[in-house]
Amino acid sequence: MTPLIFLALALAGGVGASARYLVDGLIRSRLKTAYPWATTIINVSGSLVLGFITGLTTAHLLSSDASAIIGTGFLGGYTTFSTASYETVQLIKQNRYGFAIASGIGMLLACVAVAGLGLWLGSQV
Amino acid sequence: MAGRPNHLRWLPLALVALGGAVGAATREGTSLIIPDASGVPVAIAIVNVLGAFALGYLYEAVTRLGPGNPTAASIKLLLGTGFCGGFTTYSSLATDSAVLLSHGRWGVGSLYAFGTLLIGACATFAGIAVASRANARRNSPEGARR
Repeated sequence: MTPLIFLALALAGGVGASARYLVDGLIRSRLKTAYPWATTIINVSGSLVLGFITGLTTAHLLSSDASAIIGTGFLGGYTTFSTASYETVQLIKQNRYGFAIASGIGMLLACVAVAGLGLWLGSQV
Repeated sequence: MAGRPNHLRWLPLALVALGGAVGAATREGTSLIIPDASGVPVAIAIVNVLGAFALGYLYEAVTRLGPGNPTAASIKLLLGTGFCGGFTTYSSLATDSAVLLSHGRWGVGSLYAFGTLLIGACATFAGIAVASRANARRNSPEGARR
């Protein structure tokens, strides 16, 4: 990986993180629910797109550099494991076990499933 | 004071972007240093667990600055939403797990996915606990004399 691509990856990560903050704020302002939907929506959408990006790259339709910037960079900044884990733990501490299971295992299964769908879609292009 | 919500104001967005860029760079740097172990992205598991600990610690630690403290808010944006959010990644966790499963490596794929989730949750708990204990020491009469 060249230094330039590394820099582009980092900047894309910054943009992805801001995009996450923006989307999170928008969702929270419209959905006043006990369950933290914002992180779920963000992580599921990001996993779908990364699956697709990875599928395209495996099919040699996208360069590894572009995949690094968009995937590892932007989508890596856009999605977050730390916030999802924190929200799950908070739900457990609040005895909201149903929500905690959704935020924990539920989100994981959903993200892996859509990533798999994305991988398949990418291979079909 | 009323006005634009935080997620549309430039300074919070800039703090998140800065932290996120450094976080993503640190994650990639870690990936370059720590290679996959027979197809399992060990580096990503490590950064996700470390980031989970760090966020738990950070969010608990800043509570000692009091609610509504603007410095606390900025720290959380830069280091939490920004750095930890950029450092950790859910999309890679999901996609790498899906790839392992698609290659028929059900055991390894499941262990990687559920293992990260479980150890990550424990790391978050631990981060919160460590910061909570540090806050308590600072607040106690004995701690204040140190």
